[in-house]
Amino acid sequence: MNCIVIDDEATARAIITKLCGTVQDLVVIEEFDNAIDAIKFLNQQSVDIVYLDIHMPGFTGVDFVQTLKNPPKIVLTTSDTDFAIEAYEYECIVDYLVKPVTPERFEKSFLKIKNAILQKPKDNGNESQEADLKGDLYINIDRRLIKLKFNEILVIEAKGDYIGVKTEKEEYRVHTTLKKIKEKLPEKLFLQIHRSYIINFTKIIDIEDNSVLIEKNVIPISRSNRPELMRRLNLL
Amino acid sequence: MIEQPNLKYVDDLAGDDMAFREQFIVILKEEFPKEKETYINHIENKRTKEAAEIVHKLKHKFNILGMEESYRLAVTYEKELLEGQTTADTKFKKILDTIEEYIKKI
Repeated sequence: MNCIVIDDEATARAIITKLCGTVQDLVVIEEFDNAIDAIKFLNQQSVDIVYLDIHMPGFTGVDFVQTLKNPPKIVLTTSDTDFAIEAYEYECIVDYLVKPVTPERFEKSFLKIKNAILQKPKDNGNESQEADLKGDLYINIDRRLIKLKFNEILVIEAKGDYIGVKTEKEEYRVHTTLKKIKEKLPEKLFLQIHRSYIINFTKIIDIEDNSVLIEKNVIPISRSNRPELMRRLNLL
Repeated sequence: MIEQPNLKYVDDLAGDDMAFREQFIVILKEEFPKEKETYINHIENKRTKEAAEIVHKLKHKFNILGMEESYRLAVTYEKELLEGQTTADTKFKKILDTIEEYIKKI
């Protein structure tokens, strides 16, 4: 699992990063001294956990939580105990660590989150995946709204102001951005593997070095997106 | 008498990882004097709300340095500052001076 650490204090970031290193299966991929830079980062890359300081000047941790559309699991780190009740009003906030955090408390928190993340697909996986497969999306082509079933889409490619949506039968050119269409797609089926490509994860034929084969399309994998792709593979 | 800071928490966390210990001390030596200066500047210019913000940050360092009494004083002082009161300024500065002296020696 990966995480980011957001705290305006360098000493606090150093401690949380060190604590992350004391548990297995958790890697800090980036540290931020302000929430705005972290939001920019999260618009490009998904993470499993965010360790977030609430009390930051200007743009606070609460502002951060309210800004995210699809927030990952968030663990608050703070010196104040009196924010706890308010914090749990947000579904994405899964724990609340009071500084200075002990390794024992940190590990307990991490195991709780890890279990929550791993159990989620077991509980709802089959049902929601079926719903995703049956789901659809309408795209606007020459003033006609064309219905595309999610499971028919193979690859979506950014092409300047347009995107190319490749299905098993046709390719459509739509005036929108990759970021906008990504928000409409179910995360379980689709994955961005490159700045310019989103793929239907279930249509992968094989993966070789830095590319994915989907039907006859060879799609590049960027270095930053490769860990997430590898994490989602059911590797033997 | 003001309680003395210590690195027990950092040492416990570091274990055998001396690189982390050293890195942490470097960060502390760099960050603390700036925060102290910021605090003094806000108080001199009667910016109590901004002073409360920096006291909030500094109190976390008191905790890291095992200064429980100083932490409690900072919690109360932060609230006072938000109401425009600076009565604990002298005591707070003494704590900051104590930490500054300690940091110079580690």
